[in-house]
Amino acid sequence: MNNTIDPTPTDWNSPEMQKRIAKRYASEKRFKLMGLSAVIMSTAFLIFLLITMLGNGFSGFQQTNAKLEIDFPSMTGGASAQSISGDGADAAIRSMDIAGIVAIAVDNQYGDLAKDMDQTLFSSGADRRVAAMLKADPSLVEQKVVLELPADAAIDTAYKGDGLKKAEELTQILDEKGLLTTEFNLSFLTGSDASDPAEAGIWGAFKGSLMTMVITILLAFPVGVLSALYLEEYAPKNRWTDLIEVSINNLAAVPSIIFGLLGLVVFLSWFNMPRSSALVGGLTLALMTMPIIVIAGRNAVKSVPPSIREAALGVGASPVQVVFHHVLPLALPGILTGTIIGMARALGETAPLLLIGMRAFVPAAPSGFSEPSTVLPVQIYLWSDEVSRAFVEKTSAAIIILLLFLMTMNAVAIYLRNRFETRW
Amino acid sequence: MVEQKSGSNTIENSDSTHKITARNVNVFYDAKQAINDVSIDVDMENVTAFIGPSGCGKSTFLRTINRMNDTIPSARVEGDIRLDGQNIYDPAMDVVQLRARVGMVFQKPNPFPKSIYDNVAYGPKIHGLAANKGELDIIVERSLQRAGLWGEVKDRLSDSGTALSGGQQQRLCIARAIAVDPEVILMDEPCSALDPIATAKIEELIHELRGKYAIIIVTHNMQQAARVSQRTAFFHLGTLVEFGETSNIFTNPQETRTQDYITGRYG
Ligand SMILES: Nc1ncnc2c1ncn2[C@@H]1O[C@H](COP(=O)(O)OP(=O)(O)OP(=O)(O)O)[C@@H](O)[C@H]1O
Ligand SMILES: [Mg+2]
Repeated sequence: MNNTIDPTPTDWNSPEMQKRIAKRYASEKRFKLMGLSAVIMSTAFLIFLLITMLGNGFSGFQQTNAKLEIDFPSMTGGASAQSISGDGADAAIRSMDIAGIVAIAVDNQYGDLAKDMDQTLFSSGADRRVAAMLKADPSLVEQKVVLELPADAAIDTAYKGDGLKKAEELTQILDEKGLLTTEFNLSFLTGSDASDPAEAGIWGAFKGSLMTMVITILLAFPVGVLSALYLEEYAPKNRWTDLIEVSINNLAAVPSIIFGLLGLVVFLSWFNMPRSSALVGGLTLALMTMPIIVIAGRNAVKSVPPSIREAALGVGASPVQVVFHHVLPLALPGILTGTIIGMARALGETAPLLLIGMRAFVPAAPSGFSEPSTVLPVQIYLWSDEVSRAFVEKTSAAIIILLLFLMTMNAVAIYLRNRFETRW
Repeated sequence: MVEQKSGSNTIENSDSTHKITARNVNVFYDAKQAINDVSIDVDMENVTAFIGPSGCGKSTFLRTINRMNDTIPSARVEGDIRLDGQNIYDPAMDVVQLRARVGMVFQKPNPFPKSIYDNVAYGPKIHGLAANKGELDIIVERSLQRAGLWGEVKDRLSDSGTALSGGQQQRLCIARAIAVDPEVILMDEPCSALDPIATAKIEELIHELRGKYAIIIVTHNMQQAARVSQRTAFFHLGTLVEFGETSNIFTNPQETRTQDYITGRYG
């Protein structure tokens, strides 16, 4: 037999070899370039998104106020500071017909102008603002004061440079007289949905999202992690577990709207749970998130080297001890990564929540898990559908809030992941 | 392959003077037979060496003794293995307790990705062998000392066990195994990653441990087998070719295959 390869030393300087080497370098360089351009592209998209959102949404956090002169003593017939302070303050202020006072004051100061332009000047929230001011400082009621009250949405939009022609003219006149001011719109952060854009706030939807996420993670995380551990560490490998694996993989790929229908039928029709509540929303989203956590969890558990399990078993650890002392801690970073992805998806989900009734107009922040509530993405969807121009900036501002929520959630998850990361 | 292994569960109780008795053991990986009809006795206060060419089934047989093969789904064990006369494949056998009584040092070092201290302390902790932190400290120090690692790590007990060199990791695994005070210690090539100095330390440890334990050591190093063991088993292609006093095996082997192997004529 003479089939051995001729053992001449490799000639690294031969032309063929040189060509190979050049080719290797070139492909290395190509790959680096491709990776770099991919990163640059995605960064550019992200920056573009952030800049447009910030550009549009920033004004959503601001509110235009107009000055209004109110001569309380003449209009209230001389109400005293005492009468609207103390225990009965709220009732006393409520009985004052502030709406009427404001209407007369507006008529006195702006009557002709508003009529000429056929344009409301103040937001319907102005009355409430006056009431709040009186409550904070009862002595106002004995004075003639100039108050800064929220302007009507049309004027607000116009003052921010995006209004209708008529409103812009009016705004210009007011501005020249120095009657318009801008302030940080606190009520956007503390209020809930309203039909008047000047009053609409994000807090209701934010709280709804928060509560929905709490339900989702409380259900999806433990169930998902335990399923993953059971399937990987305990379940026998047979046809049934194969079937379960395929089902879970399919479940993760089911379009979210189907989960909405499922939630509608199961939670609302069968179990008669409260419509459009954070509870049902959370349950529905948990169904959707669970398969993602199970899949990520199984992969993370699978990637724990078998030698670690053997080492633990070898010193007499029971299977449960092996799982909870060794496998789970090592798999946790991977499980958390999967959970971030699942939760981020759930947070941004709109379609299934519309089906279980979360598209209802909810003018107050939910006070419990079974109260009607809405969530940020649904609120964004609802506002983006509004006719009034003032809702455009509200929509963008809501998107900023949603993104901030998302980033905070991810930051927490990444922090946890790094804490649990094992350095081999 | 002709199968004529019946009555593999019959074993007289007179054999129970041995620490471990294995009778007619067969091990299969799916359909492939890795161990063919092996019978062996292991005594207390004795070191038994398993030698044989690579792939002959030494590790496979070793792992049947603490049922580590249970973790391999395709592995199937037939035959009878008894520890103190008790069938370890009896469904009533508590496998967790078995593995605490029969410790193991694996062929590849596999420290936990935890601190050196925690690596050694883990076994005693889960079995409640230390009443308090002070006792645990003593167990850890003594185990590391016996494994010949104490001097190198005493100032860095909180460093990760995986940050040690390969040989240090193997000694850490030995310390981890002896920390739970098993009755039998299975060592699968414990010195394959060690330098001569560390090897000498381990052999010294084996000598010292011999007084209290039954030890089985797999080794490719003939001199080591001759130095540390009282009895030697030579495996070839899944069968036990020869088993006897170490001095006899090395000076006066009965089988030509044994003779060829120990003189290095094949392997
Ligand atoms: N998990 C497994 N699945 C299938 N076959 C295996 C498995 N482990 C070992 N084998 C086979 O069983 C036979 C014996 O392997 P074993 O690891 O016991 O050999 P060994 O004597 O320990 O060898 P070495 O000295 O190289 O460690 C080999 O043919 C091997 O291919
Ligand atoms: Mg081996």
